[in-house]
Amino acid sequence: MAKGVWIVAEQRDGALRKVSFEIASAARKLADELGEEVCAVLVGSGVEGLASELGKYGVDKIYVADDAMFADYTTDAYSAAVAKVVKENDASILLLASSVQGKDLSSSLVGKLATGMASDCTEIKIADGKLLAIRPMYAGKVFGEIVVDSYPQMASLRPNVFAAVENAKAGEVVKFDAGVAADALKTKVLETQKDTSGKADLTEADIIVSGGRGMKGADEYKVIEELADLLGAAVGASRAAVDAGWRPQSDQVGQTGKVVSPNLYIACGISGAIQHLAGMSSSKYIVAINKDAEAPIFARADYGVVDDLFKVVPEVTAEAKKIL
Amino acid sequence: MNIVACVKQVPDTEALIKVKPDGSGIDEGGIKWVMNPYDEYGVEEALKLKEANGGEVTVVSLGPARTMETIRTALAMGADKGVHVTIDEADAYNTAAALAAAIKEINPDVVFCGQRAIDDDSGQVGSVLAELLGMPPITIITGFEVADGKVKAIKPIEGAQLVIESAMPCVVTAQKGLNEPRYASLPGIMKAKKKPVDVKDAAALGISIEPKAKIAKMTPPPERAPGKIIEGDDPAAKAAELVKLLREEAKVI
Repeated sequence: MAKGVWIVAEQRDGALRKVSFEIASAARKLADELGEEVCAVLVGSGVEGLASELGKYGVDKIYVADDAMFADYTTDAYSAAVAKVVKENDASILLLASSVQGKDLSSSLVGKLATGMASDCTEIKIADGKLLAIRPMYAGKVFGEIVVDSYPQMASLRPNVFAAVENAKAGEVVKFDAGVAADALKTKVLETQKDTSGKADLTEADIIVSGGRGMKGADEYKVIEELADLLGAAVGASRAAVDAGWRPQSDQVGQTGKVVSPNLYIACGISGAIQHLAGMSSSKYIVAINKDAEAPIFARADYGVVDDLFKVVPEVTAEAKKIL
Repeated sequence: MNIVACVKQVPDTEALIKVKPDGSGIDEGGIKWVMNPYDEYGVEEALKLKEANGGEVTVVSLGPARTMETIRTALAMGADKGVHVTIDEADAYNTAAALAAAIKEINPDVVFCGQRAIDDDSGQVGSVLAELLGMPPITIITGFEVADGKVKAIKPIEGAQLVIESAMPCVVTAQKGLNEPRYASLPGIMKAKKKPVDVKDAAALGISIEPKAKIAKMTPPPERAPGKIIEGDDPAAKAAELVKLLREEAKVI
């Protein structure tokens, strides 16, 4: 019978990503309820030393495939390795991050394992001994409760939503043979072009300061950038601002952009169209600064300031400077 | 070159979505249906590839009878023929299985999908389809070219972008930024009416309608407690109050 709550730990450049601890902690909760173990799969090159960190976040066993061919993430190599070990051990539940890599890997595993998955979940629990996953659908206009009727029951978890909680367990390392032949792989990474701006990626930022149609132009983003720099925040944009050419596509938050869940999201001159809300409504705190008191963003905001953003934002920066 | 573009019909992004009283699904009344925006990038890239290399673009879609309108839209953009697999509802795995069954017969060099559909937001079908076709998936890409029989794609990841090379055939999923989809021209719309669309029943293709991932219930989004509007006329005073609340109450700065 299928058993155990499994996760795939995500690492890059020799370090585990924060979301790995989030999913480990979420897995621990489910496993405690079921009275089962948490097992992690860690694939990479020179990554065995990272296993102990997973133990700190409640992982009982870490299955490690450590090989030079896993130096770069490629779908075919990683999904073959994970599918093999998960199948051999008859996992009951399998959790991944809904990060860029996790989205790709988890979906490929759905195919390899011929199972079902609830994507980009914001809540998971056990009901009647099975995984019950809750996720936004239709840009967050609807929430779906998903039950997976095949094994492993898969879910991918939205980054920054689940708390990483230290809870030390054995973290025993089990090496496994991934059974992947390097020369059979059909894809490779030719080049990794790093963003050298030094700014946090939107999907990983703790704070995002975002500007919309009310910014009126590309140069005007300076007021937002100043506040963002002070707070160590990333700069985001609404679709209107991206379509107007004021900001690059990679800054877009929303239904056709990025989904973010920072601790603090400051929306400046953003009306709060459903398309934008879809990308940021799982933020922990939302601030809206907009001169239109009727803007729908205020219905979602924890704190609202009805005023001209060009008057308020520089004052916020000045005030924050006093205490930071 | 033999090219496939998969499309899905979805509610317009502005559509008001209401859950049926029994939570079994959404109320489809009054919804305007459109082509999934990410699939438009896939269709556009398929057409560009055909224009550069010759060949044929087949648009494949799964869904109820109304899906035919979306297939016609892709044909009006310039696709050559269509395949409509009829089914009322399917989860990601069954959708991919049905598409795979239809696409196998076409024997394509490249299959384009949108990186996700904006209705269920699952983002699984392209990758599962790749797996079932035995092709590598290249997902969520913003750049695509074919040279020397190989695909070279640009994939943004957190804090970087990758240049990925893949053997062909492969399945590619399109992200916004890949291209600017063309509009269907009036002559295109006229021509589309005469282009062939093969209609197949999912059951006849041997596709299960029993979902692996089942939606047990749909609910409206959770209510958010009403927020605090910081009152006053002086922007500086309001800014000071906001900073104080963020520091002392929310503890986020």
